Amino acid sequence: MKTFKVVSQLVRTRIVDLLNKNSRMDGRGLLDYREIKVEKGFISKAAGSAQVSIGSTKVLAGVKVELGEPFPDVPDKGVLTVNAELVPLASPAFEPGPPDENAVELARIVDRALRETETVDLKMLCIEPGKKVFVVFVDIYVLDYDGNFIDASSLASILALGNARIRKFRVEEGKLKYEDGYIPLPIRHIPVTVTLAKPDDGPFIVDPNLEEEFSLGNRISISIDELGRICGIQKLEGTLSVDEIFEAISTAKNVAPKLIEIVKKESGLNV
Amino acid sequence: MSTEFIRVDGRLPDQLRPIKMVVGVLDRADGSAYVEQGNTKVLVAVYGPREIHPKHQASLDSAIVRCRYHMAPFSTKERKTPAPSRREVELSKVIKDALSQAIFLENFPRTSIDIFIEVLEADGGTRCASINACSLALANAGIPLRDLVSSVAVGKYKGHIVLDLNDEEDEVAEADMPIAIMLSLNKITLLQVNGVLTEEEFKQAFNLAVKGSMEINRVQRETLRSIYASIKGEED
Repeated sequence: MKTFKVVSQLVRTRIVDLLNKNSRMDGRGLLDYREIKVEKGFISKAAGSAQVSIGSTKVLAGVKVELGEPFPDVPDKGVLTVNAELVPLASPAFEPGPPDENAVELARIVDRALRETETVDLKMLCIEPGKKVFVVFVDIYVLDYDGNFIDASSLASILALGNARIRKFRVEEGKLKYEDGYIPLPIRHIPVTVTLAKPDDGPFIVDPNLEEEFSLGNRISISIDELGRICGIQKLEGTLSVDEIFEAISTAKNVAPKLIEIVKKESGLNV
Repeated sequence: MSTEFIRVDGRLPDQLRPIKMVVGVLDRADGSAYVEQGNTKVLVAVYGPREIHPKHQASLDSAIVRCRYHMAPFSTKERKTPAPSRREVELSKVIKDALSQAIFLENFPRTSIDIFIEVLEADGGTRCASINACSLALANAGIPLRDLVSSVAVGKYKGHIVLDLNDEEDEVAEADMPIAIMLSLNKITLLQVNGVLTEEEFKQAFNLAVKGSMEINRVQRETLRSIYASIKGEED
C-alpha cells in the first residue's frame, strides 16, 4: 500500500518524538482507542448488520444466511465465510476490482478469530449432514479509511453476527421446517482484535490512525476472546524482537476487555 | 514439557523433520533453492534486482519485492486447482513481508526483486519451508542481506506443544503458529497464530519455535558455506 505514504517526514518525526514523551498528535494516551461508535441493524435486508466507527475509520459488516452444502471434511457443521472489500470510496488508495492482498489478509484475520474460537456454533446450523446446512456469510465493507481497519472490521463482524436473526426452524427427519418468529445465531464467544504499532525505538501504541500506521513501521494484530485466550496473531509490516512480541501480547490482553465490554453492551451477547 | 510424548511419525515434541537444502538448482534464475522438510518440497527462484514491469509500480527510493507463493495441483491430497486461492494470496503477502525486512532494498531503487515459490509437495509447514528456501535463493542471487531469515512452525497437538508439524498433525492441531526470524538481529519478521492458545502456551510455543529456527539457520548456513567454500577452494 505504498500509495498511502503521503505523510510528510516532518509529521513522521513529530509522531515518533511525541511517542517517546508518552503522547500522541491527537492527544490520546498510548493505549487509548479513538472514540468507538456502533450502529446496529443498519441494513434491514441483511440478517444482521453493524456499522462501527473508530475515530473517522468506518466499517460496515453485513451478515447473510443462506442454505448450502457443508464442506466434505465437516459434513455435520454449517459454513462460515468472511469476505472483505476495501471499497474505492473509502480511500484514494483503494481501487475497484477483486479483493487485493490487503483485503484478503483482512478477511482472513477476522475469519481466523471467529473460526478458531468456534464463535458461531456451526453444529447448530446443520440440517442434513453432508447435504444441507446453513451458510453464514459475513461481508466486511471498509467505508472510510483512517487507519486500523482490522480492529474496526473485527468489531463490526462480531456485532453483526450478534445482531443477526434467522427464521425459527426445526429439523424433522433431515428436513427443514420453518416456524413463526426469529431466533439469534448461536454465538458462543466474543473475539476482538487489538492492533498495536511501534517505531523502531519507542513504545507500543494501540489503534494507530492512518498517519501513525505509516510513520511507525512495525505493526501487529492480536485477537483475544472473552476468556483472555489468544485466538489469532498476525504480524503486519516491520519487525519486532522476541521481548516486544511478549509485551504486545500482554498489552493486547489488557486492552481487549474494553472492546469486549462494548460488544456485550451493544449486542446484549452474554457468553 | 513431557518429553515422553511420541508423535505420529515417531518424533519427539521438539524434533524437526529431516531437512534437505540445495541452492543454485535452476539455470535461468538469478538465484534458486530447493528445500525439503520431511515430505514438504519447495522450489524457489529469484529474479532481480531487475527493471520493473509495469513501470508505475516502481519505487523511487528502493527496490520493491514481489512474491508469488503457489501450490502445484498435485501437491496436495485432493487436486488443487491452479488458480490462486485466498490462502495463497495471503501467504504470498506474509512471505514477502517476512523477506523484505532482510533485503537492502534501498540499494536498488526503481527495480523489482521477484520471488517465485512453487510448492511441489505439501505436507505441513509449506510457508516456513518457502521462507527458508527464499532466503537461500536470495543469497544465491547475490542480493545483499541483513541476515538470513529462518522459519519454522510450532503448534499445539493433542495438548502438547510440538515443533514443525506435518500435515497429519496440522489437520487436528488446536493451534498452529509459524514464525520467521532474523536470528543474529533478534528480529521476528513473520508471526501468525491460527488457533487458540493461552498466554503461557504461547510463550512456551514461541520459545520452542525460536530454538527450532536456530537449527534451521545452522543448516542454511552450512548449505551456503558448502557451495561457496568449494568455489573459493577451486580458485586457490
